[in-house]
Amino acid sequence: MLIGLGHYLTVAGVLFTLGILGIFLNRKNVIVILMCVELMLLAVNINLVAFSVFQGNVVGQIFAMLVLTVAAAEAAIGLAILVVYFRNRGTIAVEDINAMKG
Amino acid sequence: MTIGLEHWTLARPEIFLAVATALLLLYGVLRGEVATAFISVAASVALVATAVLLFMPYREGTAFATLFITDRLTTTMKALVLVGAAISILMSRAYFERVRAWRFEYPLIVSLATLGMMLMISANDLMSLYVGLELQSLALYVIAAFHRDSVRSTEAGVKYFVLGSVASGMLLFGSSLIYGFCGGTSFVQISQALLAGKAGEIGTVIGLVFVVAGLAFKVSAVPFHMWTPDVYEGAPTPVTALFAVAPKIAAISLLVSVLMGPFKPLFPQWQQIIVAAAILSMAWGAFAALRQPNIKRLMAYSSIGNVGYVLLGLAAGTERGIQAVVFYLAIYMVMTLGVFAIILMMKRRDIMVESISDLAGLGRSHPMLALAMLIFMFSMAGIPPLAGFWGKLYIFMAAVEARLFWPAILGVLASVVASYYYLRIVKVMYFDEGTETLDPTTFSVNRVVAFVTALLLAVFSLAPQPLSLIAEAAAKGLFR
Repeated sequence: MLIGLGHYLTVAGVLFTLGILGIFLNRKNVIVILMCVELMLLAVNINLVAFSVFQGNVVGQIFAMLVLTVAAAEAAIGLAILVVYFRNRGTIAVEDINAMKG
Repeated sequence: MTIGLEHWTLARPEIFLAVATALLLLYGVLRGEVATAFISVAASVALVATAVLLFMPYREGTAFATLFITDRLTTTMKALVLVGAAISILMSRAYFERVRAWRFEYPLIVSLATLGMMLMISANDLMSLYVGLELQSLALYVIAAFHRDSVRSTEAGVKYFVLGSVASGMLLFGSSLIYGFCGGTSFVQISQALLAGKAGEIGTVIGLVFVVAGLAFKVSAVPFHMWTPDVYEGAPTPVTALFAVAPKIAAISLLVSVLMGPFKPLFPQWQQIIVAAAILSMAWGAFAALRQPNIKRLMAYSSIGNVGYVLLGLAAGTERGIQAVVFYLAIYMVMTLGVFAIILMMKRRDIMVESISDLAGLGRSHPMLALAMLIFMFSMAGIPPLAGFWGKLYIFMAAVEARLFWPAILGVLASVVASYYYLRIVKVMYFDEGTETLDPTTFSVNRVVAFVTALLLAVFSLAPQPLSLIAEAAAKGLFR
């Protein structure tokens, strides 16, 4: 069987959906949310690279590089904010993030 | 060989701001905490100087191949953002000194966030859009948690970070689909592909929906508003003042230039989404704010409602609509900065307070402050002849001209409901007996900001014409 563009897009779509579901269904730990965000961004990268290859146009791969870089910065800042939060509260469980209602 | 670098001088203001921020950071690292006061003032001066550079000389065009664009609209929006950010830095000193978080990083992170906002306003490609947006967002996540010993501030940071990254992810997923189906990331290519018949393809429409959802999150339009009240309440007050002004203006500008630019051929599709978001935001901003005791939370709902009116102007999709959007944003910025300057002066026995009932008796103890607050509240409620009324009038006129009758009627009704909570603040100030009045205010930046913004608002109320002409010129930039 030949693997076409549709297959790549399906994998990316499934990964992206898993990432979103993981964020909204997860009730345990904020670190898991960070991992889900990474999953979403990686799904986007699969999309970009697949489109790039099938169109024979290199823009998508450049875009994927930018996404990787920004994702690294985002993870660093997210972990830093989590560390600061943990110092104040002593927990990073999702259900404990409730000092303000909402 | 051309590499598209010929017109790099168009980005001179951005380059200046980046270099100035880097130099100030270097200075701060070398001198340590003693340099904070200097850096704070210098960063504000740099922001204002950047705003001056935008107009001296004023130039239009695209740079860096087609990644970057400047025209009347982007320049006007950038000027608003820069002035808003500079004022919010100046207002922050007293608050951060009080909570022992007066560090030199704050003004610099605000400058970096502003740089990100300028880049996203000028974005002319999905890639520069994404990078500018992330520069802004990452800096804002940090300053939401800037008061790092406070549970509420750090919690605001965590919430903003998590929901903000989800929004970025959605925006990016939409961008990747649009890239795939239109064959390019440049706004010019996208627009050409859509005109050439790609508009009907399901992939582009899904991509558009994801992009609009991500941007709606950044402007906190209902149904993507859930982070706003918590982040506004938890973040340190000067940071809330910044959030309510600069990123909002930048994100709306981005939404305008994306929807009115490359996605203009999909106007019927996105108009429905934007009208729905506008109606929901106006209604939710009015009803949810009715029972809020905390004034920062109230301002969060108020900003959601105001975004609803702006989106209604955008949904009209006409030159008049965009003119109304620019006009409304300028008025909104002045009002919001003034209100937050007053909130930053609310303290009792030297402790900052932020509940509406603390304003009781302000009319007698601080007559001038109460008068300024009265002007802001009447203007936000849209009572003629104040400036807020003109803003709403332009929006509704544009909506009616575009035959959006029901949304305009619902908007007027929502603004009637919203005026209840604005007028309640006036009632509390003038007619309620406070148990204990607020501390007397001393001469400070905040007092100057409150009075200057009130005065400016009075001028706009009597003579809205000059501002309206500026907005018209800005809107023309988009329709050439």
